[in-house]
Amino acid sequence: MDSHTVAVRRDEETLHHEAEHPPYLRHHFETVEQQREAVSFGMWLFLLTEIMFFGGLFMAYLLYRNWYYEAFVSASNTLGIGLGTTNTAILILSSFTMAMGVYSAEMRNRRGLMLSLSLTIVLGLAFLGIKTIEYHEKFVEHHVPGATFSIEDFVHPKDSRDAALAPDMAQHAQLFFFLYFAMTGMHALHMIIGISILFALLWKAYQGNYINGHTATIDNFGLYWHFVDIVWIFLFPLLYLISRHPLH
Amino acid sequence: MSHPTLEDDHTDHHIVGPKVYGLILLALMAMTALTTGIAFINLGVFSPIVAIGIACIKATLVILFFMHIKYSSRLMMLTVGAGFFTFLVLITMTLSDYMSRAWGLW
Repeated sequence: MDSHTVAVRRDEETLHHEAEHPPYLRHHFETVEQQREAVSFGMWLFLLTEIMFFGGLFMAYLLYRNWYYEAFVSASNTLGIGLGTTNTAILILSSFTMAMGVYSAEMRNRRGLMLSLSLTIVLGLAFLGIKTIEYHEKFVEHHVPGATFSIEDFVHPKDSRDAALAPDMAQHAQLFFFLYFAMTGMHALHMIIGISILFALLWKAYQGNYINGHTATIDNFGLYWHFVDIVWIFLFPLLYLISRHPLH
Repeated sequence: MSHPTLEDDHTDHHIVGPKVYGLILLALMAMTALTTGIAFINLGVFSPIVAIGIACIKATLVILFFMHIKYSSRLMMLTVGAGFFTFLVLITMTLSDYMSRAWGLW
């Protein structure tokens, strides 16, 4: 048998193999369905570690909110509820566009996929833009914990509905703002990472990837993006809503 | 096979369509408006309970539909459930430790 025959044999074997299995099915999986299940199982395990990661911050919030309730009420009311609600709506909408991206990939619709990913990027950047405005306000108001923090707004509140706090309780407002920056900051970091990955996915989608039935990458990124949305779904009421002053 | 539809999906894999996603989007938006509105009403001790309750419903909708857990295998459902259950166990045990000694004295 000369080398040419061997080469032809190999080509025939490959063709035969691909007729039975799609090329993206890895050799250590029996079926596409098994591979799909293993892939999203692995992604979910990662997301569970993320729950534990954010969980520590939520636990700290729960504890300090109960201990220094008055400080948390006053500090929470300094956050802009309009910007917070807008950002919640933007993020939920971005989760929808991402879900439509997963659907477009399943439907092998390249343009739909690219449109969905682009919209998700735009909405993600809009969220971060509004977050930047909110952070800037905190710096201007001297509400950032640390050397520049001022208890002035909490000891002598401008809003008559705010209770005037004793100086030692007013100091504890720093704990609220520390948790605010830690939690929303960690969330924003996840969004920055997510948007970076979205740019890469958009480029690969433009090149024609993800529309051959193998949508694992898009599926898993969707899971990540929705997880980040869920974290915000809890951060929003905890930071912006729970201690709101009722309307008169 | 270039344009598969929901019907000729011959594997167990379930494709969730725009109609379901749209309905979930509307529900999530409505609940965001609701929770923000309710925040301005003084419900006393029930304020945080209602706010967290609405957040839990929203998160459940996202997990079930956007993250496809409603259409997934029992293994996946159990994995996700176990994760959140473990988180609750950790919160409960940490809180019971704090509450049983020197509460608020730090």
